[in-house]
Amino acid sequence: MMRAAVVLLPGLNRDRDMIAALTKISGTPPVTVWETDTTIPDVDLIVIPGGFSYGDYLRCGAIAARMPVMRAVAEMAAKGVMVMGVCNGFQILLEAGLLPGALMRNETLKFVCREVKLEVANANTAFTRNYKPGQIIRCPVAHHDGNYFADAETLKQIEGEGQVVFRYAEGTNPNGSVNDIAGIISKSGNVLGLMPHPENLIETAHGGIDGRALFESVLGKAA
Amino acid sequence: MIKARITVTLKNGVLDPQGKAIEHALGALGFDGVDSVRQGKVFDVELQGGDKSKVEAEIKAMCDKLLANTVIENYAVEIA
Repeated sequence: MMRAAVVLLPGLNRDRDMIAALTKISGTPPVTVWETDTTIPDVDLIVIPGGFSYGDYLRCGAIAARMPVMRAVAEMAAKGVMVMGVCNGFQILLEAGLLPGALMRNETLKFVCREVKLEVANANTAFTRNYKPGQIIRCPVAHHDGNYFADAETLKQIEGEGQVVFRYAEGTNPNGSVNDIAGIISKSGNVLGLMPHPENLIETAHGGIDGRALFESVLGKAA
Repeated sequence: MIKARITVTLKNGVLDPQGKAIEHALGALGFDGVDSVRQGKVFDVELQGGDKSKVEAEIKAMCDKLLANTVIENYAVEIA
């Protein structure tokens, strides 16, 4: 059975939704770890949820990325443990250097809270194998700093290596991200970061279940 | 005591929507001659005195490790 851990940091606010999603889909509540923890229990998946860790001071995710727990996350990631960061979690993974690039203020300068369409740009990952290549899914976004940026060389590399996993589709790019990038994966294939919130679209009461396949993929459930 | 002023600015070519919004607001106030505005951050850091080159190296490390995100930002250090 797959075991998951959720990283808790002051200022996150999507942790309960994430814990609920992981519990519903895996059948077991994830363990939780705090920002000062220097070790993480033996798990298969570590999730950093969304929110506003440390009030987004300095830069989104910047302070959280330097907390002791993130050194433990980096060590586990280097061993091949799956790591997923959603929204603020994605910002934290970038600030921690576990994924390439940066997330900047939305091009419109406005906070966006709505549903977008996502294209599964790479269905050949541990996180997306239960989707079809190129599948268009619905997913909510809620962020102020989701404007993905990387220099030309990095962009060429991540595009060339299939590291772009999700793209905003059908003209729904809500933030000005370069190449409509909504989510990327590490070269090693075990660290995923994405701005949208798949944990908020996993049961019919949410109005759709398009996010469910992501959790089922990474938690080792068959399609 | 050593006082250092660290200025963090976005790299050339990195879009600065906040700078653009400020630029437009200046135009709305009638400042017609503004070609461009780029927004940045200033940190005033007070450090215990000591060997100057060591302090400089330490400030550089602070910038690289935390104060600037060198993916998108440059920094400059002035020591008073």
